[in-house]
Amino acid sequence: MSTENGLSKRFEITGGDFGKAGSISTKIKEILQEIGINSTIIRRTAIATYEAEMNVVMYAKKADLTLHLTPAEISIRVYDEGPGIENIEMAMQEGFSTATDEMREMGFGAGLGLPNIKKNADRFEISSTPGKGTALDITIYLNQEGKK
Amino acid sequence: MNQYFHSIRIDPEKCDGRMRCMRVCPTQAIRIRNGKAVIIEEKCIDCGECITACPNGAIIPLTDPFGELTKFRHTVAIPSPALYAQFGREILPDKILAGLKKLGFDDAFDQAFTCGEVSFAIQEYLREHKGPKPLISNACPTVVRLIQVKYPDLIDQIIPINTPREIASRDIKKKKSKQYGLKEKEIGAFYITPCPVKMISIKQPAEKGKSHLDGAISISDIYGPLLSAMESVEKASYKKALESICILGIGWAMVGGICRTLRLKNSLAVSGLNEIIKVFDDIERGKLRNIDFIEAYSCPQGCVGGSLTVENLYISYNKILKLIETLEYEKIKACPDIQEVRKLYKQKYFFLEGKLEPRPIKPLDEDLGKAIKKRKEKEEIYETLPKIDCGACGSPTCLTFAEDVVKGKSELTDCIFELPQRFKELSQELCELLNRIGPMNPAKPGSKKARKEE
Repeated sequence: MSTENGLSKRFEITGGDFGKAGSISTKIKEILQEIGINSTIIRRTAIATYEAEMNVVMYAKKADLTLHLTPAEISIRVYDEGPGIENIEMAMQEGFSTATDEMREMGFGAGLGLPNIKKNADRFEISSTPGKGTALDITIYLNQEGKK
Repeated sequence: MNQYFHSIRIDPEKCDGRMRCMRVCPTQAIRIRNGKAVIIEEKCIDCGECITACPNGAIIPLTDPFGELTKFRHTVAIPSPALYAQFGREILPDKILAGLKKLGFDDAFDQAFTCGEVSFAIQEYLREHKGPKPLISNACPTVVRLIQVKYPDLIDQIIPINTPREIASRDIKKKKSKQYGLKEKEIGAFYITPCPVKMISIKQPAEKGKSHLDGAISISDIYGPLLSAMESVEKASYKKALESICILGIGWAMVGGICRTLRLKNSLAVSGLNEIIKVFDDIERGKLRNIDFIEAYSCPQGCVGGSLTVENLYISYNKILKLIETLEYEKIKACPDIQEVRKLYKQKYFFLEGKLEPRPIKPLDEDLGKAIKKRKEKEEIYETLPKIDCGACGSPTCLTFAEDVVKGKSELTDCIFELPQRFKELSQELCELLNRIGPMNPAKPGSKKARKEE
């Protein structure tokens, strides 16, 4: 993928920072609006980004989130430093969660995060090394509106 | 170019470019050009924040002068329930309505009753609705415009029930024309408004269609005359006056009034544009799916906090709150008949007459590739800026300035931090140029000194 005709922007997420959680998805939404992306695609991107952001805030130490945008697709990559995921297959199931009671009381940890990202993405890749961290690769296509 | 009609106008005589308006504008719709404030039409959502912020009174709300009444054969005043909160506690709606008639209106209609009907209709809609949640009240035209401009994807979550002021006006015109044998257009319905945006919703409704109202008169314009007119109104007994107040409708004057009087469980009441933006961001992220209904008003505390009201907004908020509490305590329920409302609801009586469409801001470029390139340029320009949002360039923030430069609306040299840098570069170039020429010879041929010697 060439970066020449694309826009790249890097964001940092700090684990445990609930106060700022969601601010990156809002910034990305604003960028996409300025460019004139279709509103359904913006919403899907915002939801996927928000869920990814929340995962870092809840479980990881810190992460880099990179938005890369070309006329063909939106790509969001999140590389975190954290505990990693032991069983990815299980984590992808709706309702599975390792959230603590406090998190649940705050309305998080319903076990819908990763499945929700997958639902809103056109392509979703996840890999993880337990004890090290998790990498998410989210892609949403721009040239086929209404695919999802 | 003037695609959108707006409720405010800037008086260039009074404006001295102090930037207060530019700084408070929640959609960054104001710029200072040649020392005067200008509004970017497509970005303005008519919230009226700038009116309150301007120390010179240079931003003028376009409401109707009282004289407009003479254009009609029969006139009706429809006050916003916020008007009821402008006077002392002993002055109840019946007296205010009588006062309006003394001022020259042929009739004054208590909209609170229609508000009550619409509250019931909203309840019906909430019950039937199967789509995405939460549903959002459309009572505040600024909120509707905010969604059209910044949250186009939430449009289908705006409740498509018409506003009480429109329904009341439509109904009154129908009834009066029959009663007096007049044409509907000979009857003038005037909204007594707490904010300028209602004027816009009359001249240019957010949905496709035409308003049933003919104009809006601001509470602040009518306050003084109304106060004196009420002096000669005979006072009814407090208890009797209380009995005519629709508890469901009076709540429309303040934020949370609809939720409270309908006793909705999973609902939120929000006021103030910055707070609303936070809540709408959360809806977009899918966070508030368990909330059924959101009542949102751009003015603090709801319509009682409108920029065209007179009384302190906390006092008027409290007056409405106490009134609701008194009515609850006295068990007074002068409300519409819910069975009747359900019947009308089924006949589509309450629904909006036109469709609401999004009104997204024009992208940086129509071509996607070019738009991405321009967005990248904006980022690059922004990185070179001081990021202190001083506003001296005429744009509210460094980021909006970068956008204005990319759009060709501003020059990079408009930044006062950019200018010294340019001077430095230019003077360096000059120095180099001079060095290349070599040191000046005091007695060069052609100079004064040389000529003398010749």
